[in-house]
Amino acid sequence: MAADDLIQARSLTRTFKTKTGPLDAVRGIDLDVRAGEIVGLLGPNGAGKTTTLRMLTTLLLPSSGTATVAGLDLVRQAREVRRRIGYVAQVGAAPSAGLRVGEELVTQARLQGMSAADARARVAELAPRLDLAGLECRALLELSGGQRRRFDVAIGLMHRPRLVFLDEPTAGLDPQSRANLWTHIRSLRDDAGVTVVLTTHYLDEADALADRILVMDGGLIVANDTPAALKSRVAGDVVRLGLPDLQARDRAEAVVKEAHPIRDLVATDTGLHVTVDDGTVAVAPILRGLDAAGLSPTSISVERPTLDDVFLTLTGRTLRDEAAA
Amino acid sequence: MRTEIWVVFQRQMRVLLRNPVWVFFGLTQPIIYLVLFGPLLKNVTGGGLGGDDAWRVFVPGLLLQLTIFGAGFAGFGIIQELREGVIERQRVTPASRASLILGRTLSNMVVTAVQALLLVVVALPFGLRASWSGVASTLVLVCLLGLGISAASYAMGLILKDEDAFAPFVQGVSLPLLLLSGVLLPMSLAPAWLRHTSQANPLSYVVDASRALFRGDFGDQHVWVGTLVTVALTALLALWGTRVFQRQSA
Repeated sequence: MAADDLIQARSLTRTFKTKTGPLDAVRGIDLDVRAGEIVGLLGPNGAGKTTTLRMLTTLLLPSSGTATVAGLDLVRQAREVRRRIGYVAQVGAAPSAGLRVGEELVTQARLQGMSAADARARVAELAPRLDLAGLECRALLELSGGQRRRFDVAIGLMHRPRLVFLDEPTAGLDPQSRANLWTHIRSLRDDAGVTVVLTTHYLDEADALADRILVMDGGLIVANDTPAALKSRVAGDVVRLGLPDLQARDRAEAVVKEAHPIRDLVATDTGLHVTVDDGTVAVAPILRGLDAAGLSPTSISVERPTLDDVFLTLTGRTLRDEAAA
Repeated sequence: MRTEIWVVFQRQMRVLLRNPVWVFFGLTQPIIYLVLFGPLLKNVTGGGLGGDDAWRVFVPGLLLQLTIFGAGFAGFGIIQELREGVIERQRVTPASRASLILGRTLSNMVVTAVQALLLVVVALPFGLRASWSGVASTLVLVCLLGLGISAASYAMGLILKDEDAFAPFVQGVSLPLLLLSGVLLPMSLAPAWLRHTSQANPLSYVVDASRALFRGDFGDQHVWVGTLVTVALTALLALWGTRVFQRQSA
């Protein structure tokens, strides 16, 4: 194992017993994270992201496979692993009325083994860095969504871990709070040298934060690359053309290929998904071509790539197929 | 580990004491039992009841009932804590699993102690005459039992994970256990089959021991049997609770 590997997992699996039989949530993944990286686990609900994270944070025993986290065996040295990692869970239910920000942070630090004085000093140091200064006596119940998530992050950072796991850190936040939290997550690495592993089902989030993205689907890692490399695969904008019937669709396919250089083209029941470098540039020649051929699309739209498109490219099916299956 | 238990205990007590609804009803409940049910006993005769002695039989039973319902419903809190993510965030610390559950049960024990003490004090003007060392010993027994029962209740909360399943479960288990232990009326009034059934219920022995202690009858064999049963039951339940807590978090 390389000296700077903070996480090294081999053939990690997890099977859950359910009423309808065993469910393979994670089907054997290899995963390496180097010190100083921000790694994003990207995938739809049910892909196995959270299960993977819960295994790596000692909350769930793997069904098989091995892993070292911070140089320690995940199963045999779980307690030592816990001292070295921080974990920020998915956003929970509304907190009890009696809980206050400062006290909860101190409680967490004390359970991590810090003295009361150290814990209080750490709150004083950490609160301003996460824009929580002055909120120490505030009830958790009174925090805004963004403040609550920053509090959750602070919980995971109290004992100064070198490695932090964030489970869907910005789910449910408004765009402004999301952007704000992204800044904080970046500064974790840039200013404090913390290695970050996060899960998300937002492509833009993985893109904005991660040095490396692991795409998960059906309990497997189906892609492992930098955002730039992934994007060059998924790439470009998608021009969606609605066409009245299959015959028109097939004729349009030929026309579109003629009219403008395309990267990829997928025919669906209702039209075409055309992937091009720049959608705004491609629309005019495509429309002119269709017009000249006597074809009129029922709808047309230009979209930036979404997780759907990453998926379509990587797995050949859409997330909607997944939901319907 | 002592620090960990203390940290968890403090946290639970803070949440409890900042909930004025809980403080009010938690403290008035024992008094309600005494005021609204106790006076009926004076006119019941037989089975050691009747007259002012009735309080020596009734108050130990009430103490037990208070403990079983109070500690029995402790698991409600842990279901909420599961949803909030508190359990999870405490589990990713190196703190021992036992201290995470013991800190919680300790807070239930303190609550039981305060309620039980209050109940005894309020029973005095009603006419309770009892051996003071016996009352003190009973309080210790009841607190111990509260620790075991709340540990088991937390374990059930973690297993069921849902208030809608948890509430009927606790009701369903505690009601027959309570009735079969003779907390309201002594089992000496019961027909033979009911008396025999009650002998299979560990709580019967705790009630019998408490009543003997209230009489100041320390030599009574009920005292020793009841104490042994309480200690054994509490140890078993606490052990099981810790195991469940451990298993749920790998």
